[in-house]
Amino acid sequence: MSLVVINGQQVDNAEKMTLKDYLVREGYVLSRIAVEYNGEIIPREAYGEKQLQDGDCLEIISFVGGG
Amino acid sequence: MRIKINGKEKITELRDLYSIKAGYFPGNPENLVVILNGFQTPDNLQINDGDEIVLIEKGEMPEQTEFEAMLSARHTPGVYERVKKARVAVAGLGGLGSNIAVALARTGVGHLHLVDFDVVEPSNLNRQQYRIKHLGMYKTEAMQMELAEINPFISVSIDTVRVTEKNAVALFAADEIVCEAFDHPEAKALLINSLLTRCPAPKIVGGSGMAGFESSNTIQTQRVMKNFYLCGDRQTQAQVGRGLMAPRVGVCAGHQANMVLRLLLGQEDA
Repeated sequence: MSLVVINGQQVDNAEKMTLKDYLVREGYVLSRIAVEYNGEIIPREAYGEKQLQDGDCLEIISFVGGG
Repeated sequence: MRIKINGKEKITELRDLYSIKAGYFPGNPENLVVILNGFQTPDNLQINDGDEIVLIEKGEMPEQTEFEAMLSARHTPGVYERVKKARVAVAGLGGLGSNIAVALARTGVGHLHLVDFDVVEPSNLNRQQYRIKHLGMYKTEAMQMELAEINPFISVSIDTVRVTEKNAVALFAADEIVCEAFDHPEAKALLINSLLTRCPAPKIVGGSGMAGFESSNTIQTQRVMKNFYLCGDRQTQAQVGRGLMAPRVGVCAGHQANMVLRLLLGQEDA
Protein backbone atom coordinates (compact mmCIF):
# COMPACT_ATOMS: atom_id res chain seq x y z
CA MET A 1 0.00 0.00 0.00
CA SER A 2 1.57 3.21 -1.18
CA LEU A 3 1.40 6.41 0.81
CA VAL A 4 2.88 8.73 -1.75
CA VAL A 5 0.69 11.82 -2.10
CA ILE A 6 0.94 13.75 -5.35
CA ASN A 7 -1.01 16.97 -5.96
CA GLY A 8 -3.20 16.12 -2.99
CA GLN A 9 -4.12 12.62 -4.26
CA GLN A 10 -2.86 9.34 -2.85
CA VAL A 11 -1.05 7.58 -5.69
CA ASP A 12 -0.58 3.81 -6.00
CA ASN A 13 2.51 2.11 -7.36
CA ALA A 14 4.69 5.18 -7.08
CA GLU A 15 7.02 4.11 -4.27
CA LYS A 16 10.34 2.62 -5.24
CA MET A 17 10.40 4.61 -8.47
CA THR A 18 12.59 7.61 -9.04
CA LEU A 19 10.83 10.92 -9.41
CA LYS A 20 12.00 11.09 -13.02
CA ASP A 21 10.58 7.64 -13.85
CA TYR A 22 7.25 8.65 -12.33
CA LEU A 23 7.13 11.95 -14.25
CA VAL A 24 7.96 10.22 -17.54
CA ARG A 25 5.43 7.44 -16.90
CA GLU A 26 2.71 10.04 -16.31
CA GLY A 27 3.59 11.91 -19.47
CA TYR A 28 4.90 15.15 -17.93
CA VAL A 29 7.08 17.28 -20.20
CA LEU A 30 10.10 17.78 -17.95
CA SER A 31 10.99 21.19 -19.40
CA ARG A 32 7.54 22.58 -18.54
CA ILE A 33 7.13 21.65 -14.89
CA ALA A 34 8.21 22.57 -11.38
CA VAL A 35 8.21 19.98 -8.58
CA GLU A 36 8.01 20.59 -4.86
CA TYR A 37 9.12 17.51 -2.93
CA ASN A 38 8.30 17.44 0.81
CA GLY A 39 8.17 21.24 0.84
CA GLU A 40 11.30 21.90 -1.21
CA ILE A 41 11.71 22.68 -4.87
CA ILE A 42 13.75 20.02 -6.69
CA PRO A 43 16.18 21.12 -9.43
CA ARG A 44 15.43 19.38 -12.72
CA GLU A 45 18.82 17.64 -12.82
CA ALA A 46 18.03 15.93 -9.49
CA TYR A 47 14.76 14.26 -10.63
CA GLY A 48 16.63 11.05 -11.51
CA GLU A 49 18.21 10.78 -8.05
CA LYS A 50 15.05 11.20 -5.98
CA GLN A 51 13.70 7.83 -4.88
CA LEU A 52 9.99 8.06 -4.04
CA GLN A 53 9.13 6.63 -0.62
CA ASP A 54 6.12 6.05 1.60
CA GLY A 55 5.12 9.32 3.23
CA ASP A 56 6.41 11.55 0.44
CA CYS A 57 4.35 14.52 -0.56
CA LEU A 58 4.79 16.02 -4.00
CA GLU A 59 3.34 18.99 -5.82
CA ILE A 60 3.84 18.92 -9.58
CA ILE A 61 2.97 22.08 -11.47
CA SER A 62 2.68 21.99 -15.29
CA PHE A 63 2.78 25.22 -17.22
CA VAL A 64 0.81 25.91 -20.38
CA GLY A 65 1.66 28.52 -23.00
CA GLY A 66 0.22 32.03 -23.18
CA GLY A 67 0.85 35.36 -21.55
CA MET B 1 -8.63 68.35 15.39
CA ARG B 2 -5.80 67.20 13.14
CA ILE B 3 -6.66 66.11 9.60
CA LYS B 4 -4.93 65.89 6.22
CA ILE B 5 -6.11 67.89 3.26
CA ASN B 6 -4.49 67.04 -0.07
CA GLY B 7 -1.61 65.34 1.73
CA LYS B 8 -0.87 68.25 4.08
CA GLU B 9 -1.49 68.21 7.83
CA LYS B 10 -4.03 70.81 8.96
CA ILE B 11 -5.47 71.70 12.34
CA THR B 12 -9.11 72.68 12.03
CA GLU B 13 -12.25 73.25 14.03
CA LEU B 14 -14.48 72.52 11.03
CA ARG B 15 -16.65 69.43 11.54
CA ASP B 16 -18.12 68.46 8.16
CA LEU B 17 -17.18 68.24 4.49
CA TYR B 18 -19.29 71.17 3.28
CA SER B 19 -17.56 73.49 5.77
CA ILE B 20 -14.18 72.18 4.63
CA LYS B 21 -15.14 72.76 1.00
CA ALA B 22 -16.27 76.33 1.71
CA GLY B 23 -13.28 77.02 3.93
CA TYR B 24 -10.55 75.80 1.63
CA PHE B 25 -12.04 76.17 -1.87
CA PRO B 26 -14.39 79.16 -1.85
CA GLY B 27 -15.08 78.87 -5.64
CA ASN B 28 -17.78 76.74 -7.27
CA PRO B 29 -18.47 73.72 -5.01
CA GLU B 30 -20.09 71.84 -7.95
CA ASN B 31 -16.68 71.62 -9.60
CA LEU B 32 -15.02 69.91 -6.60
CA VAL B 33 -14.45 66.17 -6.22
CA VAL B 34 -14.41 65.25 -2.53
CA ILE B 35 -12.74 62.06 -1.30
CA LEU B 36 -12.88 61.10 2.37
CA ASN B 37 -10.57 58.27 3.46
CA GLY B 38 -10.56 56.70 -0.01
CA PHE B 39 -14.29 57.14 -0.67
CA GLN B 40 -15.66 59.70 -3.12
CA THR B 41 -18.81 61.34 -1.79
CA PRO B 42 -21.14 64.26 -2.61
CA ASP B 43 -22.60 64.20 0.92
CA ASN B 44 -21.95 66.46 3.87
CA LEU B 45 -20.30 63.79 6.03
CA GLN B 46 -18.97 64.44 9.52
CA ILE B 47 -15.21 64.48 9.80
CA ASN B 48 -13.10 63.09 12.59
CA ASP B 49 -9.59 63.42 13.93
CA GLY B 50 -7.07 61.70 11.63
CA ASP B 51 -9.27 61.82 8.52
CA GLU B 52 -7.66 62.17 5.12
CA ILE B 53 -9.56 64.45 2.76
CA VAL B 54 -8.70 65.13 -0.85
CA LEU B 55 -10.38 68.00 -2.72
CA ILE B 56 -9.81 68.04 -6.46
CA GLU B 57 -10.90 70.82 -8.81
CA LYS B 58 -11.98 69.11 -12.04
CA GLY B 59 -9.94 70.07 -15.06
CA GLU B 60 -7.25 71.84 -13.05
CA MET B 61 -3.65 70.60 -13.01
CA PRO B 62 -2.75 70.40 -9.32
CA GLU B 63 0.40 71.70 -7.70
CA GLN B 64 3.16 69.10 -7.79
CA THR B 65 3.07 68.67 -4.00
CA GLU B 66 -0.65 67.88 -3.98
CA PHE B 67 -0.59 65.67 -7.04
CA GLU B 68 0.71 62.56 -5.29
CA ALA B 69 -2.02 62.76 -2.62
CA MET B 70 -4.63 63.08 -5.37
CA LEU B 71 -3.26 60.09 -7.30
CA SER B 72 -3.70 57.80 -4.32
CA ALA B 73 -6.84 59.41 -2.91
CA ARG B 74 -9.13 56.50 -3.89
CA HIS B 75 -6.86 53.90 -2.26
CA THR B 76 -7.89 52.22 0.98
CA PRO B 77 -6.19 54.34 3.70
CA GLY B 78 -2.72 53.07 4.64
CA VAL B 79 -2.17 51.14 1.40
CA TYR B 80 -0.19 53.78 -0.45
CA GLU B 81 2.30 54.32 2.38
CA ARG B 82 3.03 50.59 2.49
CA VAL B 83 3.34 49.85 -1.23
CA LYS B 84 5.53 52.93 -1.74
CA LYS B 85 8.42 51.14 0.00
CA ALA B 86 8.09 47.94 -2.05
CA ARG B 87 10.19 46.60 -4.89
CA VAL B 88 8.54 44.20 -7.34
CA ALA B 89 9.88 42.64 -10.55
CA VAL B 90 7.84 41.84 -13.65
CA ALA B 91 9.46 39.15 -15.79
CA GLY B 92 8.02 39.40 -19.29
CA LEU B 93 6.15 42.49 -20.56
CA GLY B 94 3.56 40.90 -22.85
CA GLY B 95 -0.17 40.56 -22.20
CA LEU B 96 0.25 39.62 -18.55
CA GLY B 97 3.33 41.66 -17.66
CA SER B 98 2.30 44.94 -19.29
CA ASN B 99 -1.09 44.82 -17.55
CA ILE B 100 0.47 43.86 -14.21
CA ALA B 101 3.02 46.69 -14.49
CA VAL B 102 0.31 49.27 -15.20
CA ALA B 103 -1.83 48.06 -12.28
CA LEU B 104 1.11 48.12 -9.85
CA ALA B 105 2.20 51.57 -11.05
CA ARG B 106 -1.33 52.91 -10.52
CA THR B 107 -1.30 51.37 -7.04
CA GLY B 108 1.94 53.24 -6.33
CA VAL B 109 4.36 50.33 -5.84
CA GLY B 110 7.50 52.37 -5.22
CA HIS B 111 9.96 50.48 -7.37
CA LEU B 112 9.19 48.34 -10.41
CA HIS B 113 11.88 46.25 -12.11
CA LEU B 114 10.87 45.39 -15.68
CA VAL B 115 12.59 42.58 -17.63
CA ASP B 116 11.97 41.68 -21.29
CA PHE B 117 14.12 41.17 -24.40
CA ASP B 118 11.56 41.77 -27.14
CA VAL B 119 10.23 44.74 -29.14
CA VAL B 120 6.62 45.89 -29.54
CA GLU B 121 5.00 44.66 -32.76
CA PRO B 122 1.49 45.08 -34.17
CA SER B 123 0.09 41.72 -32.96
CA ASN B 124 0.84 42.79 -29.37
CA LEU B 125 -1.74 45.58 -29.51
CA ASN B 126 -4.70 43.16 -29.19
CA ARG B 127 -3.98 42.69 -25.47
CA GLN B 128 -0.84 44.48 -24.35
CA GLN B 129 -0.62 47.97 -22.87
CA TYR B 130 1.22 49.58 -25.79
CA ARG B 131 0.19 52.00 -28.53
CA ILE B 132 1.07 52.57 -32.16
CA LYS B 133 3.75 55.07 -31.16
CA HIS B 134 5.61 52.23 -29.34
CA LEU B 135 5.92 49.90 -32.36
CA GLY B 136 9.52 48.81 -32.83
CA MET B 137 10.63 49.97 -29.37
CA TYR B 138 11.91 47.58 -26.73
CA LYS B 139 8.99 46.70 -24.46
CA THR B 140 11.08 47.67 -21.42
CA GLU B 141 11.62 51.19 -22.78
CA ALA B 142 8.06 51.57 -24.06
CA MET B 143 6.59 50.49 -20.72
CA GLN B 144 8.95 52.74 -18.75
CA MET B 145 7.75 55.66 -20.89
CA GLU B 146 4.10 54.66 -20.42
CA LEU B 147 4.42 54.30 -16.63
CA ALA B 148 6.03 57.75 -16.36
CA GLU B 149 2.81 59.15 -17.87
CA ILE B 150 0.66 57.23 -15.39
CA ASN B 151 2.54 57.69 -12.12
CA PRO B 152 5.65 59.86 -12.08
CA PHE B 153 6.18 59.23 -8.34
CA ILE B 154 7.51 55.67 -8.68
CA SER B 155 10.92 54.55 -9.90
CA VAL B 156 11.20 52.06 -12.73
CA SER B 157 14.36 50.15 -13.64
CA ILE B 158 14.68 48.00 -16.76
CA ASP B 159 16.77 45.09 -18.01
CA THR B 160 16.47 44.39 -21.73
CA VAL B 161 17.72 40.79 -21.68
CA ARG B 162 16.43 37.27 -22.12
CA VAL B 163 16.18 35.40 -18.80
CA THR B 164 18.32 32.25 -18.74
CA GLU B 165 19.28 29.64 -16.15
CA LYS B 166 22.62 31.43 -15.87
CA ASN B 167 21.41 34.99 -15.25
CA ALA B 168 18.06 34.44 -13.48
CA VAL B 169 19.24 34.48 -9.86
CA ALA B 170 21.53 37.51 -10.27
CA LEU B 171 18.97 39.42 -12.33
CA PHE B 172 16.25 39.24 -9.66
CA ALA B 173 18.54 39.24 -6.59
CA ALA B 174 17.12 42.50 -5.16
CA ASP B 175 13.42 41.74 -5.78
CA GLU B 176 11.22 40.58 -2.89
CA ILE B 177 8.37 39.61 -5.22
CA VAL B 178 8.70 38.47 -8.84
CA CYS B 179 5.77 38.24 -11.28
CA GLU B 180 6.24 35.49 -13.83
CA ALA B 181 4.59 36.81 -16.99
CA PHE B 182 6.25 34.90 -19.80
CA ASP B 183 4.53 33.39 -22.84
CA HIS B 184 6.32 30.05 -23.30
CA PRO B 185 5.83 27.25 -20.77
CA GLU B 186 9.56 26.42 -20.85
CA ALA B 187 10.42 30.01 -19.90
CA LYS B 188 7.84 29.92 -17.07
CA ALA B 189 9.31 26.66 -15.71
CA LEU B 190 12.88 27.94 -16.01
CA LEU B 191 12.13 31.08 -13.98
CA ILE B 192 10.23 29.24 -11.25
CA ASN B 193 12.84 26.50 -10.93
CA SER B 194 15.74 28.95 -10.89
CA LEU B 195 14.32 31.43 -8.39
CA LEU B 196 12.69 28.99 -5.96
CA THR B 197 16.02 27.19 -5.42
CA ARG B 198 17.58 30.54 -4.50
CA CYS B 199 18.10 31.24 -0.81
CA PRO B 200 16.12 33.03 0.47
CA ALA B 201 13.53 32.42 -2.22
CA PRO B 202 11.45 35.40 -3.36
CA LYS B 203 7.68 35.16 -3.52
CA ILE B 204 6.66 34.42 -7.12
CA VAL B 205 3.25 35.13 -8.62
CA GLY B 206 2.87 33.35 -11.96
CA GLY B 207 0.26 32.88 -14.67
CA SER B 208 -0.75 29.76 -16.58
CA GLY B 209 -3.88 29.19 -18.67
CA MET B 210 -5.68 32.34 -19.86
CA ALA B 211 -6.14 31.89 -23.63
CA GLY B 212 -9.46 31.93 -25.49
CA PHE B 213 -12.85 33.11 -24.21
CA GLU B 214 -13.79 30.43 -21.70
CA SER B 215 -15.55 31.71 -18.59
CA SER B 216 -13.63 34.27 -16.56
CA ASN B 217 -14.73 32.36 -13.49
CA THR B 218 -12.37 29.46 -14.18
CA ILE B 219 -9.39 31.76 -13.57
CA GLN B 220 -8.23 31.49 -9.99
CA THR B 221 -5.33 32.37 -7.72
CA GLN B 222 -3.88 29.38 -5.89
CA ARG B 223 -0.95 29.08 -3.51
CA VAL B 224 0.57 25.99 -5.14
CA MET B 225 3.86 26.01 -3.23
CA LYS B 226 5.20 27.78 -0.14
CA ASN B 227 6.63 30.68 -2.15
CA PHE B 228 4.71 30.29 -5.39
CA TYR B 229 1.24 31.55 -6.27
CA LEU B 230 -0.25 30.58 -9.62
CA CYS B 231 -3.06 32.43 -11.39
CA GLY B 232 -5.06 31.21 -14.40
CA ASP B 233 -7.18 28.18 -15.22
CA ARG B 234 -3.96 26.09 -15.53
CA GLN B 235 -5.26 24.39 -18.72
CA THR B 236 -6.28 26.73 -21.51
CA GLN B 237 -3.12 27.15 -23.52
CA ALA B 238 -2.60 29.34 -26.54
CA GLN B 239 -2.69 27.09 -29.60
CA VAL B 240 -3.73 26.97 -33.25
CA GLY B 241 -7.40 28.02 -33.26
CA ARG B 242 -7.32 29.49 -29.75
CA GLY B 243 -5.74 32.90 -29.36
CA LEU B 244 -4.81 35.22 -26.53
CA MET B 245 -7.17 38.15 -26.15
CA ALA B 246 -7.34 41.22 -23.95
CA PRO B 247 -10.29 40.33 -21.68
CA ARG B 248 -9.16 36.99 -20.31
CA VAL B 249 -5.46 37.89 -20.27
CA GLY B 250 -6.49 41.02 -18.36
CA VAL B 251 -8.47 38.94 -15.84
CA CYS B 252 -5.40 36.80 -15.17
CA ALA B 253 -3.09 39.83 -14.94
CA GLY B 254 -5.54 41.36 -12.47
CA HIS B 255 -5.35 38.22 -10.35
CA GLN B 256 -1.57 38.42 -10.36
CA ALA B 257 -1.41 42.14 -9.54
CA ASN B 258 -3.92 41.73 -6.70
CA MET B 259 -1.94 38.82 -5.24
CA VAL B 260 1.17 41.03 -5.29
CA LEU B 261 -0.78 43.76 -3.49
CA ARG B 262 -2.04 41.24 -0.92
CA LEU B 263 1.51 40.02 -0.24
CA LEU B 264 2.76 43.59 0.16
CA LEU B 265 0.01 44.17 2.72
CA GLY B 266 0.94 41.00 4.62
CA GLN B 267 -1.86 38.73 3.34
CA GLU B 268 -0.30 35.39 2.44
CA ASP B 269 -3.50 33.50 1.61
CA ALA B 270 -4.47 33.28 -2.04
